[in-house]
Amino acid sequence: MSFFDLRGTLKPLTSLKQFGKNPHTIRYPEVPVEASDRYRGFHFNEIEECIGCGNCATICMNESIDMIPIEGVEGDKGDSGLRPRIDYGRCCYCGLCVDVCPTGSLSLTKDFIHVSEDPDTFLFLPGVENPDAKDRKTYVSNKETSLNDWARIPMPELEGKERVKSFAEVVLGYNEEQARQEAERCISCGICTEVCPDHMHIPEYINAIATGNDEDAVRIIYDNNPLPELCGKVCTRRCEDVCAIATRGEPVAIRWLKRYATETADASDVIKDIVNPEIREPNGKKVGIIGAGPSGLTAAYYLALRGFDVTIYEANEKAGGMTMYGIPKYRLPLDSIQKQVDYIMSIGVKIHFNTKVGKDISFKEIYENNDAVFMGVGFPKAWTLGIEGEDANGSMQAVNFLHMINSGEDVEIGNKVVVVGGGNVAIDAARVSRRLGADVTILYRRRIQDMPADWEEIEGAEDEGVHMEPQAIPIKIHKDDKGNVKAIEYLKAEMVQSEDGGRPRPVAIEGSNTIMEVTAVMAAIGQQGDYDFIDKEYADQIKIERGRFVVDKDQQTTLPKLFAGGDAANRTADVISAIADGFRACKAIDKMLIG
Amino acid sequence: MEREKATTLYIGPQHPGITGNMMVRLKVEGDTIVGARTEVGYLHRAFEKLVERRNWVQSFTMMCRFCVPEPDPVEESYARAVEMLDKIEIPERAKWIRVLVLELARMSSLLLWHAGQGHSLGLYTMGQWSVGDRNYILDLFEELTGARIYHMFIWPGGVRRDFPEGFEDKVLRTMDYLEKRLEDYDNLLFENSIFQKRTQGVGYVSPEKIIEHGVVGPVLRGSGIKSDIRIDDPYEVYDKLDFVVPTQPGGDIWARALVRRVEIRQSISIIRQVIENIPKGEVYTKVPNPQKWKIPRGDAYARTESVRGEVGMFVASDGGRKPRRVHFRGAAYVHAVTLLEDVLIGQNIADVSAIMNSLGTCPPEIER
Repeated sequence: MSFFDLRGTLKPLTSLKQFGKNPHTIRYPEVPVEASDRYRGFHFNEIEECIGCGNCATICMNESIDMIPIEGVEGDKGDSGLRPRIDYGRCCYCGLCVDVCPTGSLSLTKDFIHVSEDPDTFLFLPGVENPDAKDRKTYVSNKETSLNDWARIPMPELEGKERVKSFAEVVLGYNEEQARQEAERCISCGICTEVCPDHMHIPEYINAIATGNDEDAVRIIYDNNPLPELCGKVCTRRCEDVCAIATRGEPVAIRWLKRYATETADASDVIKDIVNPEIREPNGKKVGIIGAGPSGLTAAYYLALRGFDVTIYEANEKAGGMTMYGIPKYRLPLDSIQKQVDYIMSIGVKIHFNTKVGKDISFKEIYENNDAVFMGVGFPKAWTLGIEGEDANGSMQAVNFLHMINSGEDVEIGNKVVVVGGGNVAIDAARVSRRLGADVTILYRRRIQDMPADWEEIEGAEDEGVHMEPQAIPIKIHKDDKGNVKAIEYLKAEMVQSEDGGRPRPVAIEGSNTIMEVTAVMAAIGQQGDYDFIDKEYADQIKIERGRFVVDKDQQTTLPKLFAGGDAANRTADVISAIADGFRACKAIDKMLIG
Repeated sequence: MEREKATTLYIGPQHPGITGNMMVRLKVEGDTIVGARTEVGYLHRAFEKLVERRNWVQSFTMMCRFCVPEPDPVEESYARAVEMLDKIEIPERAKWIRVLVLELARMSSLLLWHAGQGHSLGLYTMGQWSVGDRNYILDLFEELTGARIYHMFIWPGGVRRDFPEGFEDKVLRTMDYLEKRLEDYDNLLFENSIFQKRTQGVGYVSPEKIIEHGVVGPVLRGSGIKSDIRIDDPYEVYDKLDFVVPTQPGGDIWARALVRRVEIRQSISIIRQVIENIPKGEVYTKVPNPQKWKIPRGDAYARTESVRGEVGMFVASDGGRKPRRVHFRGAAYVHAVTLLEDVLIGQNIADVSAIMNSLGTCPPEIER
């Protein structure tokens, strides 16, 4: 090759044709630069939509997100009150925080230039510091590419036609594989723990199930709930209402997972082997408990573990209270309650059955012979409808009806039953009546969506052929010559929006009287307390408001040494609140007597 | 006292001609190199170890850091290894999009190579042009993935998002533009007598060295051996695409440059085929909740043809929620250490950075 190569010298000079052309570079800031519609720039957070679950902080592999309290956001049920703060010294703009955000509140924007003299401004509160960035959102969460699992593993159940033939349990429970898959949906945010009355360690036991450690899950559950199988079957599960996944999908089946874990321990001695509780040496203090319902059993279990001498006085022949006598067996089988009660008795709790306080033993005797007394007496008396003809044969209270059925007694209800009410008791009574072979109609004052009963129970009732008659107000029960129920007369109602913005209330339509021929009427419009067993000298000192004992945050009543819990003390009237009351009372009694 | 004949000379880590954060310690006699030693350690972030502390999904965002100019083959090989381990079948469309991303990344990296190779020989216009043109590819990346450099787009299960509206047309327009520009590049670089004279016969890699060092990619093809993972062990949808693997017998910088000159044209052709044939459908197979995702015990090895040659990703799982071990093997690991030390002997000091560029040096691949 010669030293001078003409072609190789001239060819590069063709680049001169670019001379005078506009440059490729954009002259920022004279010419504005706009990022693409999917650009991953600074964050933006819809403060109102965000629930502070912290999943963004968990996934961030640079640990650049902190969850902090911010002004103007009050944490309440289902909202931790925390919001993400991004450290832009660490963020790599991968956008995983957006892809795991269950609410979809977090997004990335077109903004990428930040100039400030304050070196601390790289700690950034998206949505608070850049509310105007809402219009520049680019990388947003969508359900298709989100990393959250929105769909719940369906729970196997008996067919509606099969169910009404017997009292066999309707819900069949997850098998191992289904439980593991369902547990894997949980993002361990703990929003549920906050809203659970008993603050159960939900993310922890779900994680144990997901990793295949069912026994660990049982131990974690027994840490603050001695009746978990009961909760696993009939809990009102407010945890699932606030589940972060539920904001755009179906909530994690927390209740069914608890049920799965507890069912792996299928006998009381198996529970004892797994939980292997540490029982302290007897401390010589005695605690009397009135009522072996969920709150009484809970207080008894944890007090016994702490070395107290615990005796429960129960009026019925079996323990469990309303869960034993009020909940039908297709929801909560007898052996399930029995197993848990046996376990509680096996660690040293004494229960005197068929002992009604005020009749077989006086309140005074219990109060004076014990260092502390806990009352979990519940709401045994039902409200009556207060309409003409309620004294007819065949007109009854749904609670009493369920009690008799659960005690194994026969009840004559005929072939056409009407149940008045929209709560769980009404649905239970209706579904039990279906199992006894009757045609059942539920009359409810408001609309179906206003029913306080679980939606799963309502659906279950409809599947089993229970007829719903919403917006119906009963006004009279007609009797035949022998004094038996013949028909029920009711008015149709229309829903009127109340002026104060509350929920719509039903107003009867004049002249819309309808008469339905029936053989039995069951009232299920609520229950109330019955405190006649308390001796007068004490009753005067116990403050009762609106039918409930007034208790402080430790469940202590106005009478020293006396604690109360369950339906007779809280307004939520469900199993898990009763358990929470019992656990709180146990801690307070322990503190009062031992310190 | 006996006088030392050789002088020690350090090139890097702060040197305009060096390709990244590394250093070559040279022994020179006059301006002829008699000994060379690659010194690394300026960059070490323990990427492989960091992955062991992150779950399967978090880890994918680490992968782009193994190579800045061309992060996508690493992302792809990690995603594919994880999919092999957990037996995830990804949608067909996702495979095509992955190929598009890989080829765009190859083009972007080759344009950067034009710049580096030109710069190392004092041909600065080349770098200004090709880096400017590379921006059009980065614009495409920004539209598709949301980021220009670290795309974090190919993840286990597929890709993160589908094409935005009108993206196909924009890709084709960009390809047409770049194809025209390549003629200018020929005039400016490949027809340039300075470039030819500075590269022909320089940085010779003999067939013996190829076997001794385990050389891959354009360096291998520049020594006359036809080898390309896309053909030899097709992944994604490369078996459905029509392209040639160029070879050159020379073994010097010039031969490797000619190989790359053809490769960038092949990438344009592949991208056009992808746009033409891509099927409709989903782009993502749902993986479990990242916090709880466990992958069965086992290991997997996925290899991908990057612009520097084969990159391999070994992923081992102990059945847990995080990788037990992730090992990454990039071409630069031999090209810029053992091969470079060998090839530099007998060369001129002025050619060091040109040789480093033509061997495809990428320090993060060495220090993982």
